Amino acid sequence: MSVKTLKIDGIDIAIEEGTTLLQAARAAGVPIPTLCHLDGVADVGACRLCLVEVGGSRRLLPACVTEVAEGMEVQTNTPKLQEYRRMAVELLFSEGNHVCAVCVANGNCELQDVAIQVGMDHSRFTYRFPDRGVDVSHQQFGIDHNRCILCTRCVRVCDEIEGAHVWDVAQRGAACYIVSGLNQPWGEVDACTSCGKCVDACPTGAIFRKGSTTGEKERDRAKLEFLVTAREKHEWTR
Amino acid sequence: MAKTVVIDPITRIEGHAKISVYLNDAGTVEDARFHVVEYRGFEKFCEGRPFTEMAGITARICGICPVSHLLAAAKTGDKILAVKVPPAAEKLRRLMNLGQITQSHALSFFHLSSPDFLLGWDSDPAQRNVFGLIASDPDLARAGIRLRQFGQTVIELLGARKIHAAWTVPGGVRSPLSEEGRQWILDRLPESFETVNLALNLFKNLIDSQLQEEVQVFGAFPSLFMGLVSKTGNWEHYDGHLRFTDSAGNIVADHLSEDDYADFLGEAVEKWSYLKFPYYKPLGYPDGIYRVGPLARLNVCHQIGTEAADRELQEFRDRAGGVPTSSFFYHYARLIEILTALEHIQILMDDPDIVSNRVRATGGVNQLTGIGVSEAPRGTLFHHYQVDENGLIRKVNLIIATGHNNLAMNRTITQIAKQYVRGPEIAEGMLNRVEAGIRCYDPCLSCSTHAAGQMPLHIQIVAADGQVVNEVYRH
Repeated sequence: MSVKTLKIDGIDIAIEEGTTLLQAARAAGVPIPTLCHLDGVADVGACRLCLVEVGGSRRLLPACVTEVAEGMEVQTNTPKLQEYRRMAVELLFSEGNHVCAVCVANGNCELQDVAIQVGMDHSRFTYRFPDRGVDVSHQQFGIDHNRCILCTRCVRVCDEIEGAHVWDVAQRGAACYIVSGLNQPWGEVDACTSCGKCVDACPTGAIFRKGSTTGEKERDRAKLEFLVTAREKHEWTR
Repeated sequence: MAKTVVIDPITRIEGHAKISVYLNDAGTVEDARFHVVEYRGFEKFCEGRPFTEMAGITARICGICPVSHLLAAAKTGDKILAVKVPPAAEKLRRLMNLGQITQSHALSFFHLSSPDFLLGWDSDPAQRNVFGLIASDPDLARAGIRLRQFGQTVIELLGARKIHAAWTVPGGVRSPLSEEGRQWILDRLPESFETVNLALNLFKNLIDSQLQEEVQVFGAFPSLFMGLVSKTGNWEHYDGHLRFTDSAGNIVADHLSEDDYADFLGEAVEKWSYLKFPYYKPLGYPDGIYRVGPLARLNVCHQIGTEAADRELQEFRDRAGGVPTSSFFYHYARLIEILTALEHIQILMDDPDIVSNRVRATGGVNQLTGIGVSEAPRGTLFHHYQVDENGLIRKVNLIIATGHNNLAMNRTITQIAKQYVRGPEIAEGMLNRVEAGIRCYDPCLSCSTHAAGQMPLHIQIVAADGQVVNEVYRH
């Protein structure tokens, strides 16, 4: 395997070919905010928070799905990127119905964390207040589409780790939403193994344990890593 | 020419309202109306939410008494789960409500109402507030503020925050009281007792001397009283059953369950206020006027059940010469209730169960309708939810303490206006008395209309031909 050398925010890095810019930056201790990225499952570049500037490219590139290349010069935190990231988060807030005060994930929410990280104190965009539903037909879990940011972590974690592929994305553009089974109530989807990985994967309070009240959501993220390590390396350690 | 005086906004209350005083051709007061000008819509936007979220959502109705909503919502949730909450959870819920009664009553008495008694009705309005009180009697003001802090800290020790602690859940509560928390409460109780006794002595002296007229004029009329009482007919704030008594002390209806509230409570609507007018159904509208809150709770109960509070209750009844019916006595009743709450807190602190970890029962959706009741500082609060089979809210009805007192508040300000308001030239002190008629009830208008915006008094003087001839605004 060959090694590529590049610079991220002026730091010289030598790293294996095939590594993503996000992995390379994290290995070098350079923080890049993310929302749709989840260790252990494939990246899709949905949230656009990890956009970086790469010398020679006029486009901004998502670090999670861009592989390192020889001689790359990458900037991760320019004023332009800061502005774009903040805008992306503001758009996420204005797109759904995010009412932190009464949310199960309040205080333990990656959307909240990212909003603080990018310095968002309000949204400059008009809130859409979409009419979205809540599905609590599953015996143990519920999904509140009002809080969904369409990161598709649930879709990937269910497909790639659990192998059940309960979740998918329906419709297009602004009308997109997450469906269970063939757009059935979650409680009627036979494929669901009730493993709860989607609850652990969800960055917001969209997928939650039923009965949870304000700020009560807890995630066992380490379990996802444990499962991936167990399967790929046959090491059952946490 | 007949005229109307408008007081808008009313100050030192919780929420937004205005008062219209109607004058006849002779220039004397014909009628007065208390208009609540807020609209909020909680009942509508809760539809479609999981019932487990209701405590968190409805607590946001109010920053003063969120605990009342936390309790009523959780008790409604208990019924939907069809579970009995663990004994420790009930005691902890009671403890939080007692903390709230203490802090809310302390706020009402020391911060909002006492400037009128201690600085004078006609004193400079710029000074007639808690800051004026701090300037004139810093020790009393400090003690009052610390008493409120005590109540707020009890809430914080349980729910991790003073306001909007989403701590009660269907089936119990989320976390127990820590041993350190119990110790803090025990350490601060003696000072809190001292403050309430100081305030009681002060207020009793005022009632016996310079506030005698107020007792006669501020809402002195017969009405029914409604409140929770315990199984034995004692003072209650969390559970038990509902009782109606009349001004002679007779029990009009007893052993009523919150589940049947629609059978005995009606809600009338007037086009000039966003606040509904509940009435006791058997007597119809508006004859079914009843009062709730501290005065009502002390009137419906046989006794309180704790030593010092019972002594004060007896003295209270003796002082009134029977059943205290004047709404001015709400202030007095509030102080007795603080004492009651402190005594009950003391009892709970000595209960080993109070630091138990068994505090939450779980269950699924086992009933599609639930009605929960609790005694908010201002009176009886009902939450009524209908859910679908998965527990999503289909319908919500909230009957708020302040609403029950709506008819009584209107009658009180009419009585005060008739006594003090003369002609279209209205002195500020006269209007302050009319406002104070509302303050007796310590209304929480944000709660009772379930608005956003500023908080503040608007008095209008309206002529017989409907023309507004004088208006006073205060922001």
